Amino acid sequence: MAEPLFKVSGLKVALPDMTRKPLIGSAPLVEILKGLDFELPRRSVTGIVGESGSGKSTLGRALVRLIEPSAGSIHFEGRDIAHLPEGELRPLRRNLQMIFQDPMSSLNPRRTIGAIIAAPLKLNGLGDNLEQRVAEALSRVGLPESFASRYRHELSGGQRQRVGIARALALSPDFVLADEIVSGLDVSTQAQILTLLEKLADEMGLTVAFISHDLSVIRRLCRQVIVMRQGEIVEQGPTDALFADPKHAYTRDLIAAIPLPEIDDEWLKAG
Amino acid sequence: MSACLDISNLSATLPSGQRVLRSVSLTVQPGEVRALVGESGAGKSMIGKAVLGVLPPSVRIVEGAIRLEGTDLGALSAKERRRLIGAKAALIPQDPLTALNPSRRVGPQMTDRLVHILGWAADKADRRVRQLLDEVHIREPDRVMKAYPHELSGGMRQRVLIAAAFASEPRLIVADEPTTALDVTVQKQILRLIAQLQQEHGTAILFVTHDLGVVAKVSQKVTVLYAGKVVEEADTPALFANPQHAYTRALMAATPKYTDPQASLKPVDESVLAGLAAEIAVADHDWRPHG
Ligand SMILES: Nc1ncnc2c1ncn2[C@@H]1O[C@H](COP(=O)(O)OP(=O)(O)O)[C@@H](O)[C@H]1O
Ligand SMILES: Nc1ncnc2c1ncn2[C@@H]1O[C@H](COP(=O)(O)OP(=O)(O)O)[C@@H](O)[C@H]1O
Ligand SMILES: [Mg+2]
Ligand SMILES: [Mg+2]
Repeated sequence: MAEPLFKVSGLKVALPDMTRKPLIGSAPLVEILKGLDFELPRRSVTGIVGESGSGKSTLGRALVRLIEPSAGSIHFEGRDIAHLPEGELRPLRRNLQMIFQDPMSSLNPRRTIGAIIAAPLKLNGLGDNLEQRVAEALSRVGLPESFASRYRHELSGGQRQRVGIARALALSPDFVLADEIVSGLDVSTQAQILTLLEKLADEMGLTVAFISHDLSVIRRLCRQVIVMRQGEIVEQGPTDALFADPKHAYTRDLIAAIPLPEIDDEWLKAG
Repeated sequence: MSACLDISNLSATLPSGQRVLRSVSLTVQPGEVRALVGESGAGKSMIGKAVLGVLPPSVRIVEGAIRLEGTDLGALSAKERRRLIGAKAALIPQDPLTALNPSRRVGPQMTDRLVHILGWAADKADRRVRQLLDEVHIREPDRVMKAYPHELSGGMRQRVLIAAAFASEPRLIVADEPTTALDVTVQKQILRLIAQLQQEHGTAILFVTHDLGVVAKVSQKVTVLYAGKVVEEADTPALFANPQHAYTRALMAATPKYTDPQASLKPVDESVLAGLAAEIAVADHDWRPHG
């Protein structure tokens, strides 16, 4: 079997706790990730699930090195990137892409969709044929070329998420972090976006870390799952096996709490 | 016996003349939970706001009637209407944090409504709120009532708002996506709590949600809304056993189910959307306000 794209050992992240910052001096550190071991196999979607505050986003941000871990290693393509300085990370960045819940909320509302997609291309020396590259990126996610001249506020939630995907995939990365990308979308839009992501991941051979609080979505989309709770991994493994026989009580609770769209008079009473 | 809530043929428009509610009819019988389900923008909250008399000023009711226990809200003066709604109906909102004033303690925010709208004596309101906090399993009522909203967890805040809604013994509660912001395990606790109080108090609930899973677990009746129009209405078990409208079936196929992943996350077919657009066009074409 091929080497995993990511191999993470003993990963710890500690961040300053601003709520306990003294008037003078630095805030005390709180440990948010408490020593995680896992791998992300190549060309495969791995789900990361857990309740809010369990550390999913922090884990994702450490993987793409938006934050530096306080301990442990993050081997990407066989190389430990846990403590690489920004200068050495830069050439890797085009391979480490991200999609967020509202991917465009952080971007300048006065820039066109075309400019938003073009920015990472230019930054990575792909400034030639820009118009054509942007058109390709848009068509890949099922949006017409004409969207290049539109603005964020003219787009629906689903269309914005398509642009987020187009931007992340424009550089044909190896890895994509998708953090709650369908939270807040309607089920019909969610189905479109996830079907699209699944198709593109397959076509482009992407390795995806798919963060979600929804185990039903993960069941459908991910080959393996990591279950997090309070900064620790409580259980991980192939999705089929985890659902067939969840080992940890927390995993069982999470599954049992999902309201399935079917009649079950006992569900509310149980658990 | 008259319905607890009877909405008949309700249409509402924006200043542009565009309808946001399209001849909506639905009833909630005493003690019954009716789910109102649809995707965002369908008009679910608009219906809730119409019932509670808090529509935005730009939205105008141009047709139809809302009756609370038989009384036509449209036939009352603004003052009478506020009083009647205050006495008979209450809201459990989606986001407890925005529903609570961040700079006031929780206790007075809960008793205010009882004192100012229902005219209760302060000590009676206080006793009542404590009783309800007990019913929502809050074991330290003093601490919670003295707390500011941000000092409580999301689940705790929602308990507080549930207690506040039931405290005035309303006949009808509009619950507008009350668990959408919560984690699944907390959602389940909150759904259970609402169901328990609903049964004990015999309250009717109009339960607004976008989640067919929640519909299946909490309601006896269900209305499916699309673009301000009722597309299907059924007993909840019948809806899941035998959905009639193509849109309802499409919503079910789009909803993820961990028990049946291959039948999950199916995008809604273009033909279904085209069919809906045609239905709306016909409804709008045939529609004459007050006609
Ligand atoms: N920048 C930060 N500084 C301090 N604490 C943080 C910061 N970001 C997140 N946290 C805390 O870390 C924990 C995990 O957060 P997060 O990774 O966002 O969880 P999730 O994505 O699973 O909801 C939470 O308790 C959160 O309050
Ligand atoms: N204050 C407002 N003024 C004008 N239109 C509004 C207002 N609030 C909502 N709308 C519009 O009314 C429609 C129904 O909205 P809403 O009832 O909030 O939908 P839902 O609760 O089903 O998501 C939407 O098209 C929305 O854009
Ligand atoms: Mg997060
Ligand atoms: Mg709403």
